Amino acid sequence: MGDYLSGLWTVFETYNVLDAFWVNIQLTFWAGLFALALGTVLAIMRISPIASLRFVGTAYVNIIRNTPLTIIMTFMILALVFQLALELSSDLTTSFFRFAIVGLAIYHASFVCEAIRSGVNTVPLGQAEAARAIGLPFLDSARLVILPQAFRGAIAPLGSVLIALMKNSTVAAAASVTTETSSVMKVAIEFNPNYLLEIFGVFAIGWLILVIPVGLLTTWLSERLAVKR
Amino acid sequence: MDTVTTDDAPTSPRDLGDALVELKGVNKHFGALHVLQNIELTVHQGEVVVVIGPSGSGKSTLCRAINRLETIDDGEITVDGTPLPEEGRALAHLRADVGMVFQSFNLFAHKTVLDNVTLGPRKVRRVPKAQAESEAMALLERVGVDSQAHKMPAQLSGGQQQRVAIARALAMRPKVMLFDEPTSALDPEMVNEVLDVMVSLAREGMTMIVVTHEMGFARKAADRVVFMADGQIVEEAEPDEFFTNPQSTRARDFLSKILSH
Repeated sequence: MGDYLSGLWTVFETYNVLDAFWVNIQLTFWAGLFALALGTVLAIMRISPIASLRFVGTAYVNIIRNTPLTIIMTFMILALVFQLALELSSDLTTSFFRFAIVGLAIYHASFVCEAIRSGVNTVPLGQAEAARAIGLPFLDSARLVILPQAFRGAIAPLGSVLIALMKNSTVAAAASVTTETSSVMKVAIEFNPNYLLEIFGVFAIGWLILVIPVGLLTTWLSERLAVKR
Repeated sequence: MDTVTTDDAPTSPRDLGDALVELKGVNKHFGALHVLQNIELTVHQGEVVVVIGPSGSGKSTLCRAINRLETIDDGEITVDGTPLPEEGRALAHLRADVGMVFQSFNLFAHKTVLDNVTLGPRKVRRVPKAQAESEAMALLERVGVDSQAHKMPAQLSGGQQQRVAIARALAMRPKVMLFDEPTSALDPEMVNEVLDVMVSLAREGMTMIVVTHEMGFARKAADRVVFMADGQIVEEAEPDEFFTNPQSTRARDFLSKILSH
């Protein structure tokens, strides 16, 4: 029993689990930030009075949302890095990491856009009419009146997108980010198959610890920040 | 007393200025429904026009068309000599000069009362914050809700919200004010506090187009009553004339239904 525990301990000393989770957290943070920015722009395009902008926004969402994330991440590396020789850093590992962020951001921006649009639907039409009636042009109405209320109505669906993004950050393995949890877990199990359940269990619990607070926090925020009508 | 039937012969007791809002041959369809039929209407500077008529007669649509919250199929609408622009900045500029008060108040739900009133002046007119706020407080005092300035709209009664909405529209110093059934969503005991504000506005010479079911307001404050039915302007007259001696059967029928209680 003592041997077993010390063996298990060695496994987790060999593979730095906390660092692996930290990589996923970083991927999530940066991809989430860019996805939020891009998704907001897409949402503005989709509610704008200009038909061509609406078309571009709709096309982006429908194409990207319906493409598997693994394919987008593989495309990032195979097409952009290896074929077109693009780089986001002179260091290859950093470059992979950044391309993974770009891929995650591009993919999740489509979901952010739809979450914000669902928030826009919680804002009564009269709010937009009142904004237009005092002479605010479209962008000002969106920025000052519609979106601040839409974001508050979109916190819960945005939380779901964030949780999906956190878990999807493991797909960065497909973009050759080898230091994140799913890659590390795979290697750890491959070389220590006798500890399979323990290794798996540690990663599973780690993910629960990461994800559950996000769900609780967004539920709490969505109630607290709800616009009283 | 003469009946005002033509636009170029204003015989109402008040001195009327130049034509401010003009609708010429305006038509609009909602699908098969011809909701505005060949509307001709001129509202002069300082005039208070009350539009009444049964539900679905097109009076709200007429009101909303004047600042292009509803588009029209053909015809022309001009405000202060300028035809309504199609879209974009020019339309926004025009809307800034046309105040609008809605049936459902439509105060910005995420902003305080004071911020509701200052938003337009600050963002559209580029008035500095301190000046916008002191002017807003003066307007809120005028409509009697200055003590509520830092509350959120949802904390106010309907009557208070509607008075804030009037202050918000006035803050833009509009050339004309449109009221789209401003008291229809209010509890009965709050109707008068809103009407009082509107009557005082009318007395101060504001040009107003008011869609309403409040006949008392029409009698008290209107220079002219426009009666609409089935998308057409059926009759126009001074209030006394209209209420005591309506010319058309439609108007007689309508008045007999609403004045019999």
